[in-house]
Amino acid sequence: MAETFLSMRNISKRYVGVQALNAVDFEIQKGEIHCLVGENGSGKSTLIKIISGAVQPDDGAHIEIGGERFRDYQAIDSIRKGIEVIYQDLSLFPNLTVAENIALSRIIAEGNRFIDWKNVQSIAESTMGRIGVKIPLDEPVGDISIADQQLVAICRALTRDVKLVIMDEPTASLARKEVEALFAVVKDLQAKGIATLFVSHKLDEVLQIAERVSILRDGRKLGTFPSRELDDEKLTLLMTGKRVEHTKYVAEEQKDVLLAVKVLSKRGNFKDISFELHPGEILGITGLLGSGRTELALSLFGANPADSGEILIEGRRVGIGSVQDAIRLGIGYVPEDRLLQGLIMEQSVGKNLIITIVRKLLTKLRLIDQDKTQDAISKWVKDLSIQIPSVDSPVQTLSGGNQQRLVLAKWMATKPSILILDGPTVGIDVAAKSAIHDIIRDLAKQGIGIIIISDEVPEVLHNCNRIIVMHKGRFIAEFDAAQATEDEIQHCISMAG
Amino acid sequence: MKRWLTRHETYVALVIIVFSAIITFINPGFFTLENLFDLLRSYSFMGIFAVGVLLVLISGGIDISFTAIATVAAYAMTVVSIRYGGNIFTAFLIASVIGIFLGMINAVVIYFFNIPSIITTIATLNIYYGILTVLSGGKWIYALPTWFREFSDIKVFTLTNAEGIEYGLSLVTVIWFVIVAIAWVILRYTLLGRGIYAMGGNLASARRTGFNIVLLQMFVYSFMGLMAGIGGVIQVLLVQTMAPNSMVGKELDVIAAVVLGGASLAGGAGTLLGTLLGVALIAIMNNGMTMMRIPSFWYNVVIGLTIILSVSFSAYRRRRRERRAIAVEVE
Repeated sequence: MAETFLSMRNISKRYVGVQALNAVDFEIQKGEIHCLVGENGSGKSTLIKIISGAVQPDDGAHIEIGGERFRDYQAIDSIRKGIEVIYQDLSLFPNLTVAENIALSRIIAEGNRFIDWKNVQSIAESTMGRIGVKIPLDEPVGDISIADQQLVAICRALTRDVKLVIMDEPTASLARKEVEALFAVVKDLQAKGIATLFVSHKLDEVLQIAERVSILRDGRKLGTFPSRELDDEKLTLLMTGKRVEHTKYVAEEQKDVLLAVKVLSKRGNFKDISFELHPGEILGITGLLGSGRTELALSLFGANPADSGEILIEGRRVGIGSVQDAIRLGIGYVPEDRLLQGLIMEQSVGKNLIITIVRKLLTKLRLIDQDKTQDAISKWVKDLSIQIPSVDSPVQTLSGGNQQRLVLAKWMATKPSILILDGPTVGIDVAAKSAIHDIIRDLAKQGIGIIIISDEVPEVLHNCNRIIVMHKGRFIAEFDAAQATEDEIQHCISMAG
Repeated sequence: MKRWLTRHETYVALVIIVFSAIITFINPGFFTLENLFDLLRSYSFMGIFAVGVLLVLISGGIDISFTAIATVAAYAMTVVSIRYGGNIFTAFLIASVIGIFLGMINAVVIYFFNIPSIITTIATLNIYYGILTVLSGGKWIYALPTWFREFSDIKVFTLTNAEGIEYGLSLVTVIWFVIVAIAWVILRYTLLGRGIYAMGGNLASARRTGFNIVLLQMFVYSFMGLMAGIGGVIQVLLVQTMAPNSMVGKELDVIAAVVLGGASLAGGAGTLLGTLLGVALIAIMNNGMTMMRIPSFWYNVVIGLTIILSVSFSAYRRRRRERRAIAVEVE
């Protein structure tokens, strides 16, 4: 039967004050597709760093790879044994071409001082050929799609004699179709005897691709299970220790119209968009990446004004030509990439919180009123239960879930009547996800109209009362969440694509 | 789309052609081989500085101190040559060694104290130039050795114009072009050169990929120092005087030329062809305005406007490309 490629026993790692890993045993078979799941802080990244040799485990560890026992296991050993890590940020060079990105690490490994460009081309072509992908070789990597960048990173890993590819959150920024393509590549690697260790938050994907799943919680391994013995619910229970219940959101019947959009169009973005949003309602908009959903959201928020059509707020026709207009009209927007657009990472939690309302905190001399500021900050930290050591700590020290809550708090402080959430739980773990969903529901109950944009169908299905599917810039279907099923919506999206 | 149409260099070249046409229309004396050779000679030191600046910019850094390095290296070379004699090779050697050494100090401070390159080099500019001023008293030196004076007049070949005056391609220009060729090989065909691009594109990835960042950093700033040393000697050759205050203050002109040529202050991008065109554009504007009898005060205004136009134009093209990339196919 299967041969063991990597075997680690009694792996512990203690950082000052934290037991990151506690006597973990971990095994990967040759050519296996293995998933590692766990909440943030469960020790996943520490384990990956130990496997890649970037971090050394505490005494007492037993590491065996490819039949060889290692006493002092270093990064160079992992490279020699054919272990490659593809980090979440992909570690590519945006200014260099696809071919060079693929070939560069092999050229360095071979110790060549000079570059033979024909060799670069042929390395790139042959590795792409191995997994059957085609990306223009001369294109700078910064100009190709994220999905293609992912493939470039995989190709780069394959330029050497690789036995195990570790992918850290590879699907975080991919659309469904691209995820399928990535999985096909992983299956293809398996056929060539290359094992894959997958780290992911998206449990449905984990169950789809993995043969075995290892679960970490608080630095301990809860076990390794064949994926056919698991389902979404069981996995969540094991990861978090609590049962997360999916209840559908039901909005109270409302006659008032908060926001009405009539035949809104923008060239090259979206066309003939019409819908209504009621107070207390959560409207879901889903569709593939590039369907125009984000462009529409930015339009409503004034960052990407529409060419034609009408927007009415509480029955009054309004023009939204800028973000300032949108804020004045009570529209809040939480961007998809909370890191890039939503927060100032080096600044403190407090300063980030008040940035949207700083104008309301001024003294008569137009200076910032420190007392009012402190009051506002403590109110929002409490209301959204953001866990922070101090309001003065920089945002970059917070976990992903807390950062997302902070972005929400920032917009809640403007007291919006309409809140647009673009991918509100991208890249955060199950428990933080459900906490954020709870907050969103609470906000809706207070009478705010909410639009959630997401490519995760379960997310919109469980948290919205109406769901609209977008494709090629148009609305193609609308579902009532109370009656629709996940398959129905998924089917509608993939049929269109 | 054809590849050259998307390149920044194409547009700089177009601007140069338009400018040259206008200037020639007003003063036909501009578009002559004689004027070309003259420009290639008088801008050679700026062109050599520009090659060093290009490498630093590609690596994601910046160096403001190179004019001070050039002044220090040239001054030391002059003093030693006068006092102890020597020849043109020892002259270049002394300046090169001093240039590399001062460049290395920059690299060490930037890397080991982790200070942004712009801050470090503003500081070292003042230190290098300040120490020189203290030691030399700011004295100009006119009494240069004969072998030194003569070197600047050597021409690779000579022609004669209608009035019987000889002109030709200066050896100094050849030095500039040889340096460009060497830099081109380094950037294009060595792992070192690709490492400089990689480092400027994504520093963390470059480290993970296995590039030796300390070494790359050392090379880039030492190379800048070397270019400063050689360029400094050539500047003295051209003006036949060692004037300590003639170069410091011109560093932004050089950086402007490199940026006009398409190098990015954010690092990772830039080509030697672009840099040559950038220097050419600055030279032609300067020379052309003189030939069109436009008061020289206007020169700075025009340079400033050109930089703004050039940078806005590339930003505009980038935005359009990004917008195309995210455009939704609407049926």
